[in-house]
Amino acid sequence: MKYKSQKVAYWFFALCMLLFVLQIVYGFIMGFARIGMDGLHEWIPFNTARAVHTNLLVVWLLTGFMGAAYYIIPEEAQRELVSVKLAYVQLISLALVGVAAIIGYHFNYWEGRKFLEIPRELDFLVVINVLLFLGIILLTLFKGKRQTTTALVLSMGLLFAALLYLPGMIWFDSQVTDSFFRWWVVHLWVEGVWELIMGGILAFLLIKLTGVDREVIEKWLYVIVGLTFLSGILGTGHHYYYIGVNNIWLIVGGVFSALEPLAFFAMAMFAVYMYRKGERNHPNKLALFWTVGASIVSFIGAGLLGFAHTLPQTNLYTHGTLVTAMHGHMAFWGAYAMIVLAIISYALPNLTGRKRYNNFTGNAAFWITNIGMLGMTVAFGVAGVAQVYMERKLKMDFMEVQNEISIHFVVLIIMASLFAAGVIMYIMEFVKYGKPTDEALEPNND
Amino acid sequence: MLSKSQARAFFLGGTVVTFLIFIGLTVYSLAPGNDQTNSENITPQVVHGKELWEANNCMGCHSIMGEGAYYAPELTKVIDRRGEGMVKAILMSPVPWEPSGRKMVAYGMTEEEAEAMVEYFKWIGEIDLNGFDRIVSPLAKDKVQPTIND
Ligand code: HEM
Ligand code: HEM
Ligand SMILES: [Fe+2]
Repeated sequence: MKYKSQKVAYWFFALCMLLFVLQIVYGFIMGFARIGMDGLHEWIPFNTARAVHTNLLVVWLLTGFMGAAYYIIPEEAQRELVSVKLAYVQLISLALVGVAAIIGYHFNYWEGRKFLEIPRELDFLVVINVLLFLGIILLTLFKGKRQTTTALVLSMGLLFAALLYLPGMIWFDSQVTDSFFRWWVVHLWVEGVWELIMGGILAFLLIKLTGVDREVIEKWLYVIVGLTFLSGILGTGHHYYYIGVNNIWLIVGGVFSALEPLAFFAMAMFAVYMYRKGERNHPNKLALFWTVGASIVSFIGAGLLGFAHTLPQTNLYTHGTLVTAMHGHMAFWGAYAMIVLAIISYALPNLTGRKRYNNFTGNAAFWITNIGMLGMTVAFGVAGVAQVYMERKLKMDFMEVQNEISIHFVVLIIMASLFAAGVIMYIMEFVKYGKPTDEALEPNND
Repeated sequence: MLSKSQARAFFLGGTVVTFLIFIGLTVYSLAPGNDQTNSENITPQVVHGKELWEANNCMGCHSIMGEGAYYAPELTKVIDRRGEGMVKAILMSPVPWEPSGRKMVAYGMTEEEAEAMVEYFKWIGEIDLNGFDRIVSPLAKDKVQPTIND
């Protein structure tokens, strides 16, 4: 690391690891409930487990993005963070709000709006927390020696993500309008501004790991985020097909969301090409694996599997089935989980000064998590396609179909166990690195 | 070859144009003339039903208009399929409803609350879903008269 204040990032990453483990625990609770083992029903019914599972996912990813920003921005702006103390205050308050929300979910304290279950009172605390975060990041950036494209794209993504949280806080009497604006948050996050965050982190990692000229990388970064917004904004329409709004969205959403894979394809090509072109032989091969891996797996999970059900003719049958869950898992994993794990893998040796590159556990973690997630995706996919056919073609009863497909959830649990084993290995590595230290400071030679 | 400033212009231009179109379409599809939801039928009871729907996170197991979880049945046309009496009985039951081995949370709602939920479902059931309501898990209409297509 080049600036002492970058050490803050470590504690964000540590919180990430903790929340990630909890997320998986609640995933298992749901997996077992689906094969009839619902002994926890009285204390943790399925809807509690689901809200915790998806919210922890979003919170650990955001925590990872914040950690990434605290690591990347000083290095890009070439100065220390404006306040380390406030950054710790932000971390602790984020953890407290998160924990309060998660505990609340066990006591019916929530708003049953998928992905936005955090009650409105707590939403205001989230907003204050994020404002504090943005203040620290943006002040550091603009007081710094330079404002690189990479830093600007990353900060723009974080700023827009915060702004887009607001439409989700408005109350509507109509379920339809409520859904309409819920997608401004959920869709415009994952298929819009989060891609800017991903692109920014990806560009930073490629500059550091491949040694390709910054100007070249940042030019393509603009093209990628250009494609993202060009397709992704109007692509929101793919959630408006069948929720009671005008059918103009069938054509608009259909056409533009079908273009969304282009941005992910460009990201994959970009990473692979820079990797090939790179002259610098950076010893941290593992970070390079996660980086290039994120770009490829996100293309499969978001690009290909998203495209698979995005045309209105297909979505008419798959809307609201396990096909969606198949896509949701691989897309979140490839795009956002993997890019966070990539920046952690890159930053850890620099923060702790322990150059434990290319150890066995770290490599095994990469392959085992990915194979496990692929298996989970296939299990959800087979269950989903079977569900669509039986329920929506043959018009069989919901629960009858569920009993038919429960075997795929046995497969899911086996694959999820493999995945979880990989995650444990990743965390073992994380722990072995130890804590960050000022001795890891390196001379700035950019 | 593309220059960095051209790439930036592509990003900014594309974003501004598509964003403006998006806002335009939003205004268009929420305009009163394009309402497909019979919004005039949203009574205080329906609103109370929506509050209960959110307060209990029903969407954490069920889906409505295809949105939510995949653990329990789609509820868009539930009154049509099951009838008012049964829906009320399930919501008011003090013990978990457990039709095929999968448990629902026992909400033990009051009569008044259960009625609000029913009104909410009735309102949802009348929304024009661009054809989705004919596909989603069997409707009473489809079961009784499988050949009729309206
Ligand atoms: C990293 C990017 C992406 C992530 C994390 C992601 C994640 C998700 C999630 C979690 C859902 C379920 C939402 C809900 O029902 O509440 C969803 C739905 C959907 N996604 Fe994505 N997605 C991504 C990219 C894409 C792309 C690029 C496409 C299209 C090409 C796409 C197409 C869809 C469609 C059509 C649905 C609606 C499914 C339904 O009707 O039930 N997604 N996505
Ligand atoms: C041990 C691992 C995991 C298991 C057993 C598991 C299981 C599940 C189950 C059963 C559901 C609910 C589906 C339903 O409504 O019926 C779910 C939802 C979800 N999980 Fe996981 N999960 C695991 C890990 C993950 C990971 C690592 C991610 C992200 C990278 C993730 C992201 C999601 C998302 C986005 C949803 C919502 C999907 C939707 O609504 O379409 N899960 N998970
Ligand atoms: Fe989307």
